[in-house]
Amino acid sequence: MKLTLRVWRQKNAAADGAMSTYEVDGISRDMSFLEMLDTLNEELIVKGEDPVAFDHDCREGICGACSLVINGDAHGPERTTTCQLHMRSFEDGDTIDIEPWRASAFPVVKDLVVDRSAFDRIIQSGGYISAPTGSAPEAHAAPVPKPDADSAFEHAECIGCGACVAACPNGSAMLFTSAKVNHLNVLPQGAPERETRVLDMVAQMDEEGFGGCTLTGECATACPKGIPLPSISAMNKEWLRATRKVGR
Amino acid sequence: MTRTLWDSTIGKKTVMAVSGLIMLLYLFAHMFANLKIFFGPEEINRYAHWLRTLGEPFLHYEWTLWLVRVVLVAAVVAHATSAYQLSRRDIRARPTSYVHKRRGATFATRTMRWGGVILGLFIVWHILDLTTGTVHPGGYEHLRPYQNVIDTFSTWYGNVIYLVAVTALGFHVRHGLWSAAQTLGVGTATRDRVLKPLATGLALVLTAGFVSVPVAVMTGLVS
Repeated sequence: MKLTLRVWRQKNAAADGAMSTYEVDGISRDMSFLEMLDTLNEELIVKGEDPVAFDHDCREGICGACSLVINGDAHGPERTTTCQLHMRSFEDGDTIDIEPWRASAFPVVKDLVVDRSAFDRIIQSGGYISAPTGSAPEAHAAPVPKPDADSAFEHAECIGCGACVAACPNGSAMLFTSAKVNHLNVLPQGAPERETRVLDMVAQMDEEGFGGCTLTGECATACPKGIPLPSISAMNKEWLRATRKVGR
Repeated sequence: MTRTLWDSTIGKKTVMAVSGLIMLLYLFAHMFANLKIFFGPEEINRYAHWLRTLGEPFLHYEWTLWLVRVVLVAAVVAHATSAYQLSRRDIRARPTSYVHKRRGATFATRTMRWGGVILGLFIVWHILDLTTGTVHPGGYEHLRPYQNVIDTFSTWYGNVIYLVAVTALGFHVRHGLWSAAQTLGVGTATRDRVLKPLATGLALVLTAGFVSVPVAVMTGLVS
């Protein structure tokens, strides 16, 4: 396959960026999107140019490191992570636009790499349980009803990639935060911090400068792990309950 | 607790949802009352008078009406203020837009902000036209809504302004009602299957009810 790539190039956080055009040839339909970018970078290095910086790690769709807005879609046209997106999703001769996640809470570090530590700070503010660590407890010590276990697992699938923020026209982190809040709030292990968790995590989310939710549904459509939109409503319910109960 | 509500994005959305629902409740009452125009001038003009005597003898003449007006103004102010502040925040959160544009959410969702501005301006005109009579075409007659409504809808601009605003209202309610349910934590995967068509259905009923009046005047059904 022969492709024209229009890639966002930006030297550092302070510099102005712009789209640069590159031609790549000899791309196999079986390559992943990141392997296609590796091919481009090898050519750039041979030519003595600065390779395109992009985030990646496991390349198995489970770590949440890869990002990229491809032709306006977070993680590209398929409902998966960029590393699991393959070139067979494109046609020979296509022009592909590649941009970084766009949100004031996710500043660009270089080219396509953004700083997602805002998510870490949201997790630090309440995405934990206070239980003694050490040997694993007896599995039946804390009974969990099946629907609750299913719901917790569904939300635990969030890999924190930030596609929800990238897709949201308001740069809102509501889907990410709701996945993390609901994951622990439905379980008995998360019960001691049920109220403080949702209040602190939402407060930190606002503090980081993410936008509010206008229920466009873009986040749930972009999510590679299929975190559902009603997750946000469930978090709102938890937040209102906690506000009433804690009264702060 | 008040501080937590107002300082949080979820809290501000809650204020928007509750104030929106108050206004929606009023709009349904307003729309049903409007339909009295189809039963002749006697019926609707008597209703206008009854509205002012509502609550008597406990409440003085027009007190109920003023009470409703105070609640509505408070709801409009709360709704608009939270919408403005949240919108400012949303725009700041996405300072750079994508080079590659794509069609995003539904029309109703994308027009919430401008639709809201249109509705705000409409309310001002609507009150000046049919409550105070300040910009009313022809002689405004107090407590004679039948005649006043015909005056307004006998002008081309009266019809245009009204139909544009009522259409905007339909779209606003369609996304707003569903969103309010989500904000108040009512939404679940199962309930959303009912909530979305319900919001669309109620928005259609509301719009159809309001549209019927200018259409009736234009076609001569009400004259």
